[in-house]
Amino acid sequence: MLTFKKTTLALALAGATLATAAHANDVEVLHWWTSGGEARAANVLKELMEAEGYGWQDFAVAGGGGETAMTVLKSRAMSGNPPSAAQIKGPEIQEWGELGLLGDLNEVADAEGWDELLPEVVADIMRYDDQYVAVPVNVHRVNWLWANPAVLEAAGVEMPTTLDEFFAAGEAIREAGYVPLAHGGQAWQDATVFESVVLGGQGSEFYQQALVELDPEALGGEQMVAALEDFKRTRGLMDEGMSGRDWNIATAMVIEGTAGMQLMGDWAKGEFTAAGLTAGEDYLCAAAPGAADAFTFNIDSLAMFRVTSENEREAQQVLARLVLEPTFQEAFNLAKGSIPARPDLDMSEFDSCAQQSLADFQRTAEEGGLVPSMAHGMAVRADVQGAIFDVVTNYFNDANMPAEEAAQRMVRAAQAAAF
Amino acid sequence: MKNTSAKPLGLGAKRTPSGSLQAWLPRLVLAPSVAISLFFVYGFMLWTFVLSLTSSRMLPSYNFVGFGQYARLMANERWWVASTNLMIFGVLFVLICLVIGAFLAILLDQKIRQEGALRTIYLYPMALSFIVTGVVWKWLLNPQLGIQAMVQSWGFESFRFDWIVDPDMAIYTLVIAAVWQASGFVMALFLAGLRGIDDSIVKAAQLDGASLPRIYWRVVMPCLRPVVFSAVMILAHIAIKSFDLVVALTGGGPGYATDLPATFMYAHAFTRAQIGLGSASAMLMLGGVLAILIPYLYSELRSRKHG
Repeated sequence: MLTFKKTTLALALAGATLATAAHANDVEVLHWWTSGGEARAANVLKELMEAEGYGWQDFAVAGGGGETAMTVLKSRAMSGNPPSAAQIKGPEIQEWGELGLLGDLNEVADAEGWDELLPEVVADIMRYDDQYVAVPVNVHRVNWLWANPAVLEAAGVEMPTTLDEFFAAGEAIREAGYVPLAHGGQAWQDATVFESVVLGGQGSEFYQQALVELDPEALGGEQMVAALEDFKRTRGLMDEGMSGRDWNIATAMVIEGTAGMQLMGDWAKGEFTAAGLTAGEDYLCAAAPGAADAFTFNIDSLAMFRVTSENEREAQQVLARLVLEPTFQEAFNLAKGSIPARPDLDMSEFDSCAQQSLADFQRTAEEGGLVPSMAHGMAVRADVQGAIFDVVTNYFNDANMPAEEAAQRMVRAAQAAAF
Repeated sequence: MKNTSAKPLGLGAKRTPSGSLQAWLPRLVLAPSVAISLFFVYGFMLWTFVLSLTSSRMLPSYNFVGFGQYARLMANERWWVASTNLMIFGVLFVLICLVIGAFLAILLDQKIRQEGALRTIYLYPMALSFIVTGVVWKWLLNPQLGIQAMVQSWGFESFRFDWIVDPDMAIYTLVIAAVWQASGFVMALFLAGLRGIDDSIVKAAQLDGASLPRIYWRVVMPCLRPVVFSAVMILAHIAIKSFDLVVALTGGGPGYATDLPATFMYAHAFTRAQIGLGSASAMLMLGGVLAILIPYLYSELRSRKHG
């Protein structure tokens, strides 16, 4: 019995030693790509890494918005043991950078020519202090309008392209006996509709001033009041059961034909695809009304933590290179429903919505309509975003609050969060 | 006790060392758990307090800003919504649970048949998690799926029960669900209390010709004061800690109309990168719990001394 125990112990020790030995060439990646399609997509990266001779330690933390994953990451970082890479996006990259925890990727960025490859707006988000610290994985477009063609036909309307057409189409759909706009009454969904309406009614320049630069004059000005009034009008197009509904249930209403339209990012496409529908035939996609020449992006990215061992650093650089390589970009984004972060890829495999998305991405990147999504944490820091969410959702649900007051609250929200 | 129990064992020679060991043993055994709870409960309370004095955002930092976070909290409209909601929710939840619980207990106390089965049925909701309660009530209260849709389908087209989507009424849906969950438990407490009352008092009152309601009101209920007191304690702290019910039932919505301090704290400390502000709100919640707990402990300890 004793010898058996000893053998087990020896084996365990040997195993542990082996694990440590292997550890040097591993990358540990924290992410929340845990749903079916996402997990398959992440697996592509794992296989590519292994093909190059590096180990991949999966550190997946379930939970859609990544809240749980971020909590886990914070506790790991505080205890001085962060993973080598983590799914961190938007201005949060800057916050981690300020804490001095991120390592740089300049070597691989220079070698691969990221400066030329990535649009300037995207590259800026990936840099901290002029050093590349993160690599973009995909681009989601947030300002999409999805519609059920059968419902539109029954109501006798076309896919709306301006806000006026949108409200008119909504009324027609209501009269035909359908819910005009499927929506879920959660703060982030309210904010998603809000930013699409701001963009559609007031244009990307105003959007940039108000929701990205937080200019108090824009936030409290007449244009914001007008945008807020448009936003309140969209509420008239929704059904009363929306409170607390999840976004995918709202999408299901469009799929089943009880609702006509939905304003939601292109992850909604995953639901349409899963229901076996074809883009352009069974469901329609178009830029959110009035925002055809603008593009609100939501980019997933992997940020690299500072590591001490040279081997681990090397593995990180390889990981960063592979992420932007066409093989992974294509495989990952086909599975995820988003578009590649590099605009130079062949898109023939993708569906018509994704093709349009990439074309718009390139065009807006050149013309200046490419803006970060406020609702999805790409434009402002989490605390400011939260304060704006509070104002938006409160105004949306309060029948008595005038738009002027909401605009004033918006100004206060942008200031109050700064400490 | 310790010394006397050592004597009959005839360990006379070793009495002194063994006696001191026996005196120390309970403390030794308890020491680790005391140390752990000192560290993990009171230590972390202290740490939260320290954090509430700093400007911590995403990770704890030690840049002290005095009571600035408390000032920000006081200026935060959402915090006031959350606090007001807690007052409404707490008071209604405790009162309604007590009334329904006491009423059910008195009914069950009438020597009825199948009492055990009925008791289980009433007590059953307590066995469910608040998450389950929340989800079930979310469906029941949904105007397009639940009660409103059902009554309308019976032909009462003008019937409306859409509190859950009305920002002014949504907080009362929390009360409904929480009362449904907890009043059976209060009933069990009261029933146990009722069974503990000396029969002779009731008999004496009956002999004096008191009616049954009068007996309950003037004789039985006063005897149940300690039960009422424990029930209020338990219900009040359930109310202050309420988090899962809100998350499952309304998600804090519509807007943030049903936010409670616990959901406020979670949102700010963990998802909005404002650990300082979140800690400040946690400290105020702790203050609320202490405000209930200290009088309770005080009265408990005092009555024991007198008893």
